[in-house]
Amino acid sequence: MSEETKEKEKRLEGNDDRKETNTGVSVKLYYGPEDISSFEYNRCLGNPGEYPYTRGIYPTMYRGKLWTMRQYSGFSTSENTNSRFKFLLEQGQTGLSLALDLPTQLGLDSDDPLAKDDAGRLGVAIDTLRDMEEMFDGIPLDKISTSFTVNSTASIILAMYVATAEKQGVEPSKLRGTIQNDIIKEYIARGTYIFPPEPSIRLIGDTIEYCIEHIPRFNSVSVSGTHICECGATPAQGVAYPFLTGVAYLKEVLSRGYTIDEIAPLLSFHLIAGGVQFNFFQEIAKLRAARRLWAKIMKERFHSESERSMRLRFSTGGMGGGMTEQQPLNNIARISFYALAAGLAGSQSMNLPCFDEAYAIPTDEAIRTSLRIQQIIAYEIGIPDVVDPLGGSYYVESLTDFFEKEIAAEMERIDSLGGILRCVEDGTIQRQLADQAYQVQKKLESGEMIKVGVNRFQIDEEDRELEVFEVDPETLSRQMTRLDLIKSERDNQKVESALVALKKAALERENLMPCLLDAVKTYATVGEIVGQLKEIYGEAKQVSIF
Amino acid sequence: MPHRRPIRVLIAKPGLDGHDNGAKIVARLLKDAGMEVIYTGIRQTVDAVLRTAVQEDVDVIGLSILSGSHLSICKELVEKMKKENIDDKMLAVGGIIPRKDVNRLKEMGVAEIFGPSSTTKEIVRFIQDEVQKRDEIGGTRR
Repeated sequence: MSEETKEKEKRLEGNDDRKETNTGVSVKLYYGPEDISSFEYNRCLGNPGEYPYTRGIYPTMYRGKLWTMRQYSGFSTSENTNSRFKFLLEQGQTGLSLALDLPTQLGLDSDDPLAKDDAGRLGVAIDTLRDMEEMFDGIPLDKISTSFTVNSTASIILAMYVATAEKQGVEPSKLRGTIQNDIIKEYIARGTYIFPPEPSIRLIGDTIEYCIEHIPRFNSVSVSGTHICECGATPAQGVAYPFLTGVAYLKEVLSRGYTIDEIAPLLSFHLIAGGVQFNFFQEIAKLRAARRLWAKIMKERFHSESERSMRLRFSTGGMGGGMTEQQPLNNIARISFYALAAGLAGSQSMNLPCFDEAYAIPTDEAIRTSLRIQQIIAYEIGIPDVVDPLGGSYYVESLTDFFEKEIAAEMERIDSLGGILRCVEDGTIQRQLADQAYQVQKKLESGEMIKVGVNRFQIDEEDRELEVFEVDPETLSRQMTRLDLIKSERDNQKVESALVALKKAALERENLMPCLLDAVKTYATVGEIVGQLKEIYGEAKQVSIF
Repeated sequence: MPHRRPIRVLIAKPGLDGHDNGAKIVARLLKDAGMEVIYTGIRQTVDAVLRTAVQEDVDVIGLSILSGSHLSICKELVEKMKKENIDDKMLAVGGIIPRKDVNRLKEMGVAEIFGPSSTTKEIVRFIQDEVQKRDEIGGTRR
C-alpha cells in the first residue's frame, strides 16, 4: 500500500482508531462533539474564578498574578543558605523554597551519631532557633513567601519561623508561605516519618488550628502527590491519594469544632506536572479535573459555602524522576514541557526539577536555568495572556471528564478498603505502588515506553563534563561548633522547664503549638523537642515491601 | 560447575534518606532473576547493614544511596567488612553517584557503581560474573 492510500485508509477508519498513550490511557485518533455530548459550559467549566473552577480559581488568573516562581534551595549551614536566598531574590525569584537536611526532618540534631553522614547535606541543618534567625537575616519576612519542605517536624519549624518573625517585629498574621506538613505520603513514599500515624495527624491538626487562629495567610499543609508519582502512582492516583489525605486532615480539625470553611482555605496541594509518567495533554486535563472534583467534594460532601474552600490551590513540581543521566541537556526541553503544562493548567506555583538532577544536588547554573524556563513561559511566549486556552478542546475536555472519573473512582476504591490511613498502615498502597513502579521500569527497559537518549536515540557519551555541586566538607564540624556554642549560651533551666511543659501538654493531648513556641524561644534543639514527644508517642513501624 | 545455592543479595538503604523506590525496584529485579533478596528497609546504620549481611550470609551487599553521603558510608562499611573478615562479599552501590567519585569508591573496594543509566541486564550479569569469580577464588565456598 502506498503512503497515500494508507493515509486515506486511516481517514476512513475515522476516530475510533484507538491507541494507548505512554501512560496507558486509550485515546482516539481525533475528538469531536460526540465525545463531550453531555458538555454544558456552566456546569462543566464555568468562567474562570467560578464554580466548579475547572478553568482556574481566579477570574483573571495570570493577568492578575503570575504563578509564584520557586526553586528548591538550601544547603549546608544557615549563613550559606542566607546568601543563596539573597542571590535568588536578586535574580527575580518571588518566593523562597527551603530544603532542610534529613536530620532536621527526622528530629535529629547535627551532633547525633545517626546524623553524621547527612547533616547539612541535602538541605540546611536547623538545630535551634538561632539557625533560623541567621538564615533569614536581612530578609524581611512580611515581604516574602517561604515554602518549607518538612513534615514530621513541621510544627517545630513553623514555631521557629513565627519566633523569627516576632524578633524582626513582624506580626505572625503577615507571614505568607507554605509548610509541607503532610505526613501520610511520608509513610508511602518519602520516608521522613517519626511518630506513628495517629499522633502525627494530631500534630498536623495542631498546626492547622494554630494557623487558623494566628497566621491565616499561611498554607498550613501542602498535601503532596508528587513523591508518590515518583514511586509508581498513576496520574489519577497522584491526585486521588492527596485528596484522600487532605480529607483526613480536614476531618481531624473538624472534630475540634471548626467549620469546613475555616479549615479548607488553609490547605493547598502539590501535584505533579512532569516525571516518568508524563503526557502533555493528560497532565493538563488531570489538573483541570482535580480542580473540578475538589470543588464538588467541598460543596457536595462537606457543604462548604465559601469560594475559598472550593478553590483548589496547587503548586506543581516536576520532580527529578523524569530527568535522565544520559544527554543531560535534553532535560532542559523536558522541564520546559513540564512547566508549559503547569502554566496551561493554571498552577499557582512552580517548582521545576533541574537538568543535572541525575548527577548530584543541582548547581546554581541548573537552578537558574529552571527559573529562566519559568520566566520565558511567563514573559516571552504569551502564556499568561488568556486564561485556560485549552478549554473547549474536544480532546482536553474529554480527558478532563475521564480523569475526574478516574480520580473519584480511585478515592472510592481506597475508601472501600478502609480508607487511606488503613491502606497505608497495612501496606496496601505501598505494595501497589511498588508493583506499578516495577512495571514502569520494565517498560522502560523493554523500550515499550520511549525515553529519548535512554532507550532510543542513544549516543556514545564517554566524556560528560558537568559541573557538580559539592557540599562543603567543613559543614558538619561548623554546625556542631554552632550547636555547642548555643547550648553553652542559653539558659538551660528555661529549656528544661519548657520541655517539661511540652511533654505534659502532649500527654494531655493539648494543642502543642504554644508549648513549641515557648520551647524554641529558649533555644531548645529540634532533637530535644522530638525526644520528649517520642517518649509520649513512640515511633512509627516501617513497612518495607518490594 | 558444581551446583551452587542461589546468589543471596542484601539490598540496604544506609543513612537517613527514605527514597527507596530504586532500592525496591532493584530488589525485585534481582529476585525475578532468580536471586534471593533481603531488603533492610530505610534508615540503616552501617553496623546494622553489616549485622544483617552476616546473619543472612549473603554473597552480595548492594547499597542504595541518593543523598550524596556515599563516600563516608562506603569508607566505614569497607573498613568494618575487613575487620569482620567478610570482605570476600561483593559490595556494590547504586544511586546518584557523581562520576568523579566512582573511582574513589572502586579504590576503596566497591566492586561496581550503578547509576540511573544502568539496566537490569547489566546489574544481573555483573553480579553473576563477579560472584562466580569470587567463588572460584574462594574455592571452598558452597
